[in-house]
Amino acid sequence: MRRKHFSFSALYLALVTLITYLPIAVVIVFSFNDAKLPVAWKGFSLRWYETLLHDAALMEALRNSLVLGVASSAFAAVIGTLGAIGMARVHYKSKGMMAYLSTLPIMLPEIILGMVFMAFFSLLHLPFGWPTLIIAHTSFCIPYVFLMVKARLVGIDKSIEEAARDLGATPVRAFFDITLPLILPAVASGCILSFAMSFDDVVISIFVNGPTLSTLPIKVYTQMRTGVTPEINALCTILLIAVILILLLSSALRRKADDRQ
Amino acid sequence: MKHLRTSESALPEVQSAPEAASRVKRDRWWLCIAPLYAFTLVFVLGPALYMVAVSFAENTAGTGFRWAFTLDNFLKLRDPVYLNCFRESFRLAVSTTILNVLIGYPFGYFMGRLSVRGKRVMMFLVMVPFWTSSLIRLYGWLIILQVKGVFNNLLIALGLIDEPLKILYSYPAVLIGMVYALLPFMILAVYTSVEKMDWTLVEAARDLGATRAKAFFTITLRMTLPGLMSGVILTFVPSMGLFFIADILGGNKIVLVGSLIQDQMTRGGNQPFAAALALVLAVMTTLMLWLYRKVTHTSELEGMF
Repeated sequence: MRRKHFSFSALYLALVTLITYLPIAVVIVFSFNDAKLPVAWKGFSLRWYETLLHDAALMEALRNSLVLGVASSAFAAVIGTLGAIGMARVHYKSKGMMAYLSTLPIMLPEIILGMVFMAFFSLLHLPFGWPTLIIAHTSFCIPYVFLMVKARLVGIDKSIEEAARDLGATPVRAFFDITLPLILPAVASGCILSFAMSFDDVVISIFVNGPTLSTLPIKVYTQMRTGVTPEINALCTILLIAVILILLLSSALRRKADDRQ
Repeated sequence: MKHLRTSESALPEVQSAPEAASRVKRDRWWLCIAPLYAFTLVFVLGPALYMVAVSFAENTAGTGFRWAFTLDNFLKLRDPVYLNCFRESFRLAVSTTILNVLIGYPFGYFMGRLSVRGKRVMMFLVMVPFWTSSLIRLYGWLIILQVKGVFNNLLIALGLIDEPLKILYSYPAVLIGMVYALLPFMILAVYTSVEKMDWTLVEAARDLGATRAKAFFTITLRMTLPGLMSGVILTFVPSMGLFFIADILGGNKIVLVGSLIQDQMTRGGNQPFAAALALVLAVMTTLMLWLYRKVTHTSELEGMF
């Protein structure tokens, strides 16, 4: 009885996982297909990888997305981490409300955030492009860092930092020597998550990117509506490998943090 | 200051030192939260209030609007076209959520019962698609579902059908895309709850004569309810706004609130109406989050982190 139960659950997990990977597998397979349309298999080829390298517009979109992801998650890391640390120590009445407001960007449907930013940025006469994209992305990256660090701070023994202070360390010193190393894994995972969300975002970007600036998801989205070039398949395959590498790295980081605990 | 105090009396010093220290601390800590406060006030509260104000403004020809206090934008929602749009979105969001519960709950449950090693492997397998661009995976479905696509070729090769099915650009295609895009949220939320569960309670119930089903419904389901509810919200809320899935897999046949907002904002040039639509959507979302907090007595959504 117990064995039968186990094998059913294993079968279920395997089946659902398999379906989950189906679309990804299709994209990878067709990236090596020697045909323009993803309909039939015409033989193995690396030509799309080669044309990808020479596609200046696509490469620029990729670069833009990388810069945007790094910039937004870096801003979010500073604002979110400091915010979480500060919030754990101050006792302002506005604290709860502010914590709620600051996490609002990931609680509401993305479409609302996108349209609201579009309207607000035109009100402020901000030039649509890098500034607007970075502000919009930072806004939804902050909650990831903030909540991660906040959760981690709850698990940290406050007396360690107090001990350091009692032994004569300045608040700054105590922070850099004690608190920061302890919360660093949370900051790192928050950053990785924010980067992934920023790198993948299409809904918000499409409202605030302006007429000339394009990110990779926007490029892919426009192509999907008009006609996809197989280079996208090749690019997706490369990105998938990158994702797997990042995930392996982050799970290694997390394991390290667990061990320390 | 400190020296003066000590010379007066030793006792007050002992009592007030930690207090004074914490006051100094608190005075410095405001610097830490200042960036968060500033950013949130300017770029979250500011735009939110602006949107509320615009939703009461009066639309003018072109892309502009005039400040006023009118309920016209909200009254316009009673138009059958828009009501239907809300109904369609709601129907799709509900179907997506139900399917996600049916598929995701057992998945998260079984996953939570695996060995440590098994959990680690499954977690990795769940996370890879989750982190892969949602557009890429959407494109994969596009390839699979198109008329001359993988799925139809397979069915024809198996002799199950003669004519290729027209799945793409239909309601089922959109549903597949939505369920697929949001399933990881449900799985992770349920898994987090199942992982934390105290299984000795189930064993106790079984020892006391409860059937498997009874033990599940009275204990397991209840204890994993926060995860399940969190999963429901994490799938329901975004599904109201994910216009690009309906756009790409549904052609232009299915107009959701999300597409309507985007359309009114860009092509339609009716900002006040777009703001009113967004406000209604935001209020619905907030109500759901509030309900979640009420039912589960927690403030953080389970399984998000």
